[in-house]
Amino acid sequence: MTAPAREPAVVTRALRKTFGDLVAVQSLDLTIGRGEVFGMLGPNGSGKTTTIRMLCGLLAPTSGDATVVGYDILTQSEQIRRNIGYMSQRFGLYDDLTAYENIRFYSSVYGLRGAAREARIDELMDELGLAPRRDQMAGTLSGGWKQRLALACATAHRPQMLFLDEPTAGVDPAARRRFWDITYELAAGGTTILVTTHYMDEAARCERLAFLSRGHLIAVGTPDEVPKAFGQPTIEDVFIELQRRDEGVTA
Amino acid sequence: MNALVERVRASAFWPMLQKEFLQMRRDRLTLAMMVVLPAVQLLLFGYAIRTEVRHLPTVVLDESRTQESRGLAQALQNTQNFDLVATVRDRGEMERWLRRGAAAAALIIPPDYAADIKRGRTATAQLIVDAADPLSSSAALSGAGAAALAYGTTLQTAPPPVPIDLRVRPWYNPGLRSETYIVPGLIGILLSITMILITSMSIVRERERGTLEQLIVTPIGKTSLMLGKILPFVLVGYTQMTVVISLAWLIFHVPLRGNLLELYAITFGFITANLGIGLFVSTLVRTQAQAMQASFFFLMPNFLLSGFMFPRAAMPLPAQWIGLLLPLTYYLQVLRGILLKDVGVAYLWPQTLVLLGFATVLLALSVRRFSKTIE
Repeated sequence: MTAPAREPAVVTRALRKTFGDLVAVQSLDLTIGRGEVFGMLGPNGSGKTTTIRMLCGLLAPTSGDATVVGYDILTQSEQIRRNIGYMSQRFGLYDDLTAYENIRFYSSVYGLRGAAREARIDELMDELGLAPRRDQMAGTLSGGWKQRLALACATAHRPQMLFLDEPTAGVDPAARRRFWDITYELAAGGTTILVTTHYMDEAARCERLAFLSRGHLIAVGTPDEVPKAFGQPTIEDVFIELQRRDEGVTA
Repeated sequence: MNALVERVRASAFWPMLQKEFLQMRRDRLTLAMMVVLPAVQLLLFGYAIRTEVRHLPTVVLDESRTQESRGLAQALQNTQNFDLVATVRDRGEMERWLRRGAAAAALIIPPDYAADIKRGRTATAQLIVDAADPLSSSAALSGAGAAALAYGTTLQTAPPPVPIDLRVRPWYNPGLRSETYIVPGLIGILLSITMILITSMSIVRERERGTLEQLIVTPIGKTSLMLGKILPFVLVGYTQMTVVISLAWLIFHVPLRGNLLELYAITFGFITANLGIGLFVSTLVRTQAQAMQASFFFLMPNFLLSGFMFPRAAMPLPAQWIGLLLPLTYYLQVLRGILLKDVGVAYLWPQTLVLLGFATVLLALSVRRFSKTIE
């Protein structure tokens, strides 16, 4: 027994992805612990989404290796898919299905059937407060509701790890706060969370942060440590400094 | 055995199938595409595509002005290939009619026409046809020659001995009606269009909306995903076919001579082959607009080279070879064979096997090509 529960949730070794001449992710070495809320920050095009996509099995890495919840991303992608949830900024909902039908579809795809599935759907509706919107078409829901519905779909199978790619883009502040409360409840239940964001207040709520810039991992640490390492007062200043450097290099 | 049943029951294919039916029921456009579109297209094509020519507007320049010359004009009129629209006085006036396009044919009967007949010599008359459209002119000419010959014999007192009497009998379509030829083919054309288009579009739509990405991170297998996605379209195909066959029978009086059950059975191979092409198209493109263009790229040779409108025997060899690569070529033989000639699987088993072969190869190829990654 290799007791995967004792291993870190994510380990990447020299993970690299190129698209033609463009290096999207440059030799990434990263470790994320079990149950951690881990934030990934960086300007657009810094390689955040590409990293998440490689870890979820949506993209094959050009070179390097990684394990997710104890499984190898190159050879054990089916096991990984059973144990992770993924929510993209596009939400991946069917606009012409109701909230209930969306959750039912995704939970069925994850193998839930019959009474067990209905019980799980009720539970999710309850936890995420979706019950009043149960029979509304997903396409007519507002951004905040869509986001919660997408989270319900991504967590229907109680994944060990959750990947959230800019989950709160374009959502009002109240809905963002509610979303983070739910995320923390999931983390408290033992779910590892990898989240990318552009909001500094959200970054501050992560246990650890990784800063990416032009495909390079620039810094890793707690929200307190990172600004100190750059000699900047806040995370936001670090971010702006990085973006300035990026533009300096391009010019 | 139980383990197998359990695996099938737990397969992600079922929720996929259920979801597709649910979406289809709500998608008015697809429903319209299933029934209204084929009906409209059938009417348009069925009425517009005519290879036999009737009622060609014709002017007469009668310089003979005799009972015999009027009889000849009447004989042409009686073929219904020609409508005598006017009598002209001279060649100049005749040319103006043809140039304007007001007449497509002109009959010239010279002054000595009747005199020649009376002297027992061969009488000559001239039929000028606007051959800018060769298809209509050649069809009209063959009718005219026969009419003139028939009229000629009525004028003779004693018919001359005929060296060879070749009597042509057009079987299976005795009236040589082009509807009978075109409309069964339309069933195949309409099925190709909708099957290829809706399959490729519906997969690309999932890609565009981001739901395909979401599906790929779930444990659903490639085969479950694709089969669940396309199987509902088989039903769409059969519905459409039933609509078109009913209309073909009711409106165009296309005979339904053969066993329709056999036709429906063989059609399964054709529908699946086209779903395979649709899947293949979806693996080549990124957007719905591209899917539409690529679909028509695959559909074009079907219109031209399958034998739908133009007989394959008349095509140059390379065109015939390309035709052999099209499922529609074989399906047209099945359609015409069963509907018009009342032949069954006993004669059509080679076509049936080829269609099933196409279906298997195309589906396998597309499922292989459909990468579970989004690169």
